[in-house]
Amino acid sequence: MESRSVAIVGAAETTELGRVPGLSKIQLHADAALNALEDCGLKPSDVDGVATAGEAPAGIAHYLGITPTWVDGTAVGGCSFMLHVRHAAAAINAGLCEVALVTHGESGRSRVGMDRFGGSPASLAGQYEAPYGLSGPPSMFTLGVLRYMKETGMTHEQLASVSVVQREWAALNPRSTFKDPITVDDVLNSRMIAYPFRLLQCCLVTDGGGALILVSKERARDFPTKPVYLLGTGESVETPMISQMEDMTTSRAFRVAGSTAFAEAGITHDDVDHVMIYDAFAHLPIYGLEDLGFVGRGEAGAFIEARNTAPGGPLPVNTNGGGLSYMHSGMYGMYALQESVRQMRGTAPAQVPDAKISVCHGVGGMFMASGTIIMTNQE
Amino acid sequence: MADDDYKGPVPVPTPETQDFWDGAKRGELRLQRCGEDDCDDVIFPARSFCPGCGSRSVTNFTASGKGKLYSYVINHRPPPGFGPEPHAIAIVELDEGPRMMTNIIDCEQTPEALVLDMPVEVAFTPITDEISLPKFRPAGG
Repeated sequence: MESRSVAIVGAAETTELGRVPGLSKIQLHADAALNALEDCGLKPSDVDGVATAGEAPAGIAHYLGITPTWVDGTAVGGCSFMLHVRHAAAAINAGLCEVALVTHGESGRSRVGMDRFGGSPASLAGQYEAPYGLSGPPSMFTLGVLRYMKETGMTHEQLASVSVVQREWAALNPRSTFKDPITVDDVLNSRMIAYPFRLLQCCLVTDGGGALILVSKERARDFPTKPVYLLGTGESVETPMISQMEDMTTSRAFRVAGSTAFAEAGITHDDVDHVMIYDAFAHLPIYGLEDLGFVGRGEAGAFIEARNTAPGGPLPVNTNGGGLSYMHSGMYGMYALQESVRQMRGTAPAQVPDAKISVCHGVGGMFMASGTIIMTNQE
Repeated sequence: MADDDYKGPVPVPTPETQDFWDGAKRGELRLQRCGEDDCDDVIFPARSFCPGCGSRSVTNFTASGKGKLYSYVINHRPPPGFGPEPHAIAIVELDEGPRMMTNIIDCEQTPEALVLDMPVEVAFTPITDEISLPKFRPAGG
């Protein structure tokens, strides 16, 4: 992608977030898409590019009445939307489409119109992971953390401080699911889920959706919204089996996606005003800060505990409250993107003053995939 | 004798993993090694080629069954079929290099008993007449 050549001109979440039993998964996609189109004054018939995950792109295109010349069904979990944004930018650069729509919708809590979860018992994960008594992501995504703690010396209190700081951000956001303040003791006394992880270190499970509309920087001038330019992008995948990561204390996919995006953006970490790091569990911002290069190996726990990422701190992270307190439908990456867009537009509930560059970093599966999108409001 | 109490998912072997499950039934932990002199990677899970160098020359061999506890969680919400008590889901690093997911048996399922890097050895648990799961227990225990 050519830096600053493509802009996000439409962005919106579903009208309601949280518990939305009256809408099925595809209805949540459509509600978000229609809100994003209205945000920038377009109709579905103006769209000629469709990217989505969780539904097939043909399903979304037909449902919304779109005749696309470009589609992308990349499905690598919750960061799929970061990859869609990256691919849409390349498609617009190449002239494959002019107006790209990226949609997400998920009835994570109410399970209306959702597919069944689980893979084949003949898959490698079905043979070599499923028989060991797994209870989904809380018992798997967290598997490397004791190793990380042994190698770096990170304490349980530092890990707990991630949830405390993000609750502070959530308290500033009227749409957050949880807003009441919590302490490190509250986190460490909450119900044990999968040692060393307790309830308040695990994400929410909610219903919702979001959508983005991208066009070239030239067309962006015609829209009523403040353009948010794509400065740098990156993506990678590692393994669908968490037990087969190269090193369970760091994500190769994070390092590849992040370094690719920073190189394309041509910026240093000191240039960054705002960061989103997909937080399905409390260790994700810790891995993310290290693997993206904001801090050194083993430093992220102390960095967060010292309030560097908290309201008023020098590096605001997860300013919507994150998956731990704002919302998490299952594929949270779209909500991280939405918050970065709001920060770049200057419309976030917890707005970072004068923020010009936002790094939005997603994970897919359980360290299976990663996508990084760096945005700016500076043409 | 199969464990009649086991109600969890049962692996279905594929052509490239059949040797592993045949070995498990006999009480052997089977891995693969790349046949190229300048590669020599140990491969798990089984493939018909070496992901390190792309060579199709791979041979199956019986591993030592020894390793160390690399990391784990203690699952306090066991899924149906796994009993009411919290149990560890563990990652063991084999002496030959690869890591695999497993359970640690013959050991208290507590942070005090489950010490990272402690030596462990394989022990097979039959769950059907055809499938035995490789699990690990503290070595020399």
